[in-house]
Amino acid sequence: MTIGIAVFPGSNCDRDVQWAAEGCLGIPTRFLWHEERDLRGLDAVVLPGGFSYGDYLRCGALARFAPLLEEVVAFAARGGPVLGICNGFQVLTELGLLPGALTRNRLLHFVCEPAQLVVQPGACRWLQGYGPGETISLPIAHGEGRYQVDDSTLERLEQEGQVALRYSRNPNGSMGDVAGLSNAEGNVLGLMPHPERACDPLTGGLDGRRLLASLLG
Amino acid sequence: MPRCLAGAPGLARFNNYFDQPVPRFRARVLVSLRPSVLDPAGEASRAAASRLGVEGITSLRIGKAIAVEIEAPDAATAHSRLSLLSERLLANPVIENWSLELLDPIANAAP
Repeated sequence: MTIGIAVFPGSNCDRDVQWAAEGCLGIPTRFLWHEERDLRGLDAVVLPGGFSYGDYLRCGALARFAPLLEEVVAFAARGGPVLGICNGFQVLTELGLLPGALTRNRLLHFVCEPAQLVVQPGACRWLQGYGPGETISLPIAHGEGRYQVDDSTLERLEQEGQVALRYSRNPNGSMGDVAGLSNAEGNVLGLMPHPERACDPLTGGLDGRRLLASLLG
Repeated sequence: MPRCLAGAPGLARFNNYFDQPVPRFRARVLVSLRPSVLDPAGEASRAAASRLGVEGITSLRIGKAIAVEIEAPDAATAHSRLSLLSERLLANPVIENWSLELLDPIANAAP
């Protein structure tokens, strides 16, 4: 079991994910530079938070063209588990692996606080450690996390159980209170909250542990 | 629309490959948020406009203007390449509209 962690110029949560996986859960990791293409030996890939390519143009817009991501798209198509956290979620929407887009927070503030979330694991393989309707707390830290999608797509996502994480108290104006989305197959999860920052008792809650630990089966 | 630059300065054998330099076009791509998408930055600026004392602003939405120069054999080719660029990179069609303005070719500077 090894998790690959993408590293773009401007990623800043790559080491947090490494600490959460290796330091807290004992899951080996390997950093994947954005120009790499070799995913052999990996059981999952995490796109971490940060500001990939300086978030130039739009958040996640340029990361989409990284050679590494061509391989990640193929990996996801084969059913490989892919997790996009914060900027990684933005990258997943720009890539088209998840529908919609993440836009400026309604009140323009960068929000950095704990968020209460309601989990609907559905088919999402990253969330099988949580019960349906369970409320957890994970930190959020973003300026562009307001989920935007057309109404009919949102309705479909809700009907098909892909709205895997919802804010109890909407911090950014996200449509449908969406905090995290799964793809239909359940192997791809994108979320704005930071589960990797909730794995070490020294830094707060432990509600993020079960998300990364889900890979251990 | 001139397809070659007659009388370009410099040594012809270096500058004028087949005496037919590729025209360079100037273009402007305007990217705007779709009307259905909230624009909090535009709203905040609109509020500032009234604090400045500029009255009567009923709508203010912020987009991007991207200045591009492109070498292409003709205007139609330039237009189709820039359309692809706008659709796939400069704008995110989920939340943004774009429009493309192709200007006249500019003279290629001699090296």
